[in-house]
Amino acid sequence: MRKEVLTSDILVIGAGPAGLAAGYSAARSGRSVLLVDENPTPGGQIWRGEWRHPRSRRAAFWFKKIYEGRIPVLNGVRIIAEPEEGVLLGEGVDTLYELRFDKLILATGARERFLPFPGWTLPNVVGAGGLQAMVKMGLPIRGKRVVVAGTGPLLLAVAAYLRAQGACVLLVAEQTPLSRLLWLGWGLWRYPSKSVQALLLRGQLLGVPYRTNCWPIAAEGEGKLERVTLRCGSRTWVVRCDYLACGFHLVPNVELARLLGCELLHGFVRVNALQETSRPNVFCAGEPTGIGGVELALLEGQIAGYAAAGDLKRARSLFAARNRWRLFAERLHRAFTLRPELKDLPDAQTIICRCEDITLERLERFCSWREAKLQTRCGMGPCQGRICGPIVEFLFGWHVDSVRPPIFPARVVSLIPMEGEDSTYVHELGRRYAGDHHEF
Amino acid sequence: MAERVTVTINGVRVEVPAHVTVLAALIMHGIVTFRKSVRGEMRGPLCGIGVCFECRVTINGQHHSRSCQVLCQEGMDVRTE
Amino acid sequence: MLGGSSVNRRAYDIVIVGAGIVGAACAAECAQEGMLVAVVEAACVGGGATGAGMGHILVVDDSEALFALTYYSRSLWDQLAEELPPECEFQRYGTIWIASEDEDMELLKRKEQFYRARGVAVQILDERALAEAEPNLRKGLRGGLLVVADSVVYPPCAAQFLLERAQARGAKIFFGQPALQCEAQGVRLRDGSLIPADVIVIATGTWASELVPALPIRKRKGHLAITERYPDFVRHQLVEVGYTKSTHAHEADAVAFNVQPRPTGQVLIGSSRQYTTDDSHVDHKTLARMLQRACTYLPRLAELMIIRTWTGFRATTPDNLPLIGPIPGHERLYLATGHEGLGITTSLGTAKLLTAHLLKRSPPISLEPYLPARMENPVWLSASR
Repeated sequence: MRKEVLTSDILVIGAGPAGLAAGYSAARSGRSVLLVDENPTPGGQIWRGEWRHPRSRRAAFWFKKIYEGRIPVLNGVRIIAEPEEGVLLGEGVDTLYELRFDKLILATGARERFLPFPGWTLPNVVGAGGLQAMVKMGLPIRGKRVVVAGTGPLLLAVAAYLRAQGACVLLVAEQTPLSRLLWLGWGLWRYPSKSVQALLLRGQLLGVPYRTNCWPIAAEGEGKLERVTLRCGSRTWVVRCDYLACGFHLVPNVELARLLGCELLHGFVRVNALQETSRPNVFCAGEPTGIGGVELALLEGQIAGYAAAGDLKRARSLFAARNRWRLFAERLHRAFTLRPELKDLPDAQTIICRCEDITLERLERFCSWREAKLQTRCGMGPCQGRICGPIVEFLFGWHVDSVRPPIFPARVVSLIPMEGEDSTYVHELGRRYAGDHHEF
Repeated sequence: MAERVTVTINGVRVEVPAHVTVLAALIMHGIVTFRKSVRGEMRGPLCGIGVCFECRVTINGQHHSRSCQVLCQEGMDVRTE
Repeated sequence: MLGGSSVNRRAYDIVIVGAGIVGAACAAECAQEGMLVAVVEAACVGGGATGAGMGHILVVDDSEALFALTYYSRSLWDQLAEELPPECEFQRYGTIWIASEDEDMELLKRKEQFYRARGVAVQILDERALAEAEPNLRKGLRGGLLVVADSVVYPPCAAQFLLERAQARGAKIFFGQPALQCEAQGVRLRDGSLIPADVIVIATGTWASELVPALPIRKRKGHLAITERYPDFVRHQLVEVGYTKSTHAHEADAVAFNVQPRPTGQVLIGSSRQYTTDDSHVDHKTLARMLQRACTYLPRLAELMIIRTWTGFRATTPDNLPLIGPIPGHERLYLATGHEGLGITTSLGTAKLLTAHLLKRSPPISLEPYLPARMENPVWLSASR
């Protein structure tokens, strides 16, 4: 393991839409910028795997901005700790990065919320965004029968994508009642691009049943998934399938923000109009400030980038657009609230903590997350509560408390003092990292 | 750039497209369960983005590597439980 | 879990404040002796040092008094072992004290003589035997001393077990309210209710000073880290023989090599001691030094994955001996606290000593060294009286 010290004016964590927009905006204002992302290539979740072949004009646009701007992106690097103020530690495969900066922009995105039901730990029961991510990175799906279930606009996007890749999408089961969706759809006239998107998706999904008021209650099979039992109101029926792609909307990745001491509001990072958090010189953009989709993430990213760079005029010019999209995000959030029946899905034997195999019956007797953790070790596995935390919050109302370093499992060698072998200022990095060949 | 790379899965050399994850390579070759849980249940991947740790395998001798986050490279050695 | 409702009935024989391992052990012992026991716990079972420490059960040779208490307590754990449920993870791993320098070998030999003279089963390991016992230790270590009958337990579940034992004999646990005052009739909780009792036992670890303000207890912060599962990476609890120096130094921040296998296959890494802070945040520099020290003994540790780190506070007294027994001038008020890093081990012995004193029986070992009366600063309770 070697150590490298990288210094920049502005450090952006996350190279999804918000991070790319922030990076570009900050660089445009003349600052030296470094983007760091844990995935193999830029794009976050929505543009995963598209760095070489963008699938949308918007992805192509932003990738091109980064590439042509020669803005350095460190991929495959996870932030694990803040050893001192103004410094973050990033762990790569064989390099430890000491990242020094004046201003920090957190664009750490979101992850799916999983909810337990009998059989959810069977192989081939996967996330909805999860299956999409796997297919984007090479998982063969052609001819496979897929049930997409859970909640949120992501389900439609996933179903459409999988279908386009040759999967046989049997149905989309959305737990939200139809009435709420109509209410959401009714408000879409304010957001023409979203209406168009919705229509397009409906077109792409012609022939695929979209059932509202509908959710999975059990997954079964020998050694792997073979069939799913769905409930729709009072009716239940069984569907034979190869994959159940099931996710219940998104949970913001706020672990780094919390480690840095940024205040949260209702579980999201609290920011002011300039996207600045409660901690000076730390900004946040995109899903961690509120789940709102790609348009909002791009706007927040740009505002954060300009604000961090000191270009307040440009930042402010985007306020109106961002605020419009914020309203859409709030509407979205209200449409897809989780119904209480979902709390009754797991039975006593259903596993809640997958890392340590802790079942519901072992947890029910406790009054707090801390107590449950100490007595059962629920949440003490490598996922550090990222999967089971949202579950116990939904089932029991427990608040998942402290965040300590490493905020992601890290090798001992990354945490011990090490002399840096290389110390580089980021304006020199452009030559090193812009070398990949691309055609946008 | 190569179109395909050769990796070894549980001792067997196979060819896979370049730029796919180890996870995809395993599924392509019929491996659906990657690791044994604490209670001994066979598990496969869940989140696809590197946070759930269900997709762990041993890559080039490194235990607990998340196969969904690692791209296949020429000569890689992959072992599942 | 039992919650508090009306407590205005007959007085309890004893109310124990704190449901950590010491409080739980005392509750179990008193209940077993037929006393009507109440336990008051502000948060959750084992939520303090009990849930933060290593759960190492060992004998020490720091002093005759600490040896007597740990040796006696260790045998109590051995007897209890068969009854402990699986989640308590009791394992007889044994401890190996490790000498890295020649002068450490002197310490090791003295330790061996001390233990042999008192009937403790030990075995000197030379360089080769040490390497065989623990293949992941680096080459060139001088040797080790294996203490065969030391063991390891998972403290929060052990505390829970002891508490349930107390409850099976009628003990009542009151959760959710901190005890604010010791009064003539009992203990006053934050919501104003009173737990009436003839005797009050303070077993609140580093929170003791709120109830008894002049208590000479300082908080000593420790860091710990735990790895992913790597079965058989180490097989015994491994401690550097110079460890004692760090436990006794009262001012300097210190790290020492102290590593433990868990039945899960995870490796638990300690240890650190800091006086200077009340802050429970994981301090990166201290963590780094602690891990680095561990790597100098176990080089391959560098490649293992850390999944969690945390801190805890040890309750420390000026002479490093716990406070067990009545507060001078207040026969109804007892202390069972100040156990520093030996709380898990000595919890069972503490409980036995306490009950023997309460029941006016002759104690299994002398209680003298641990009596609060030994402290030269007898301004106990000045504020709350």
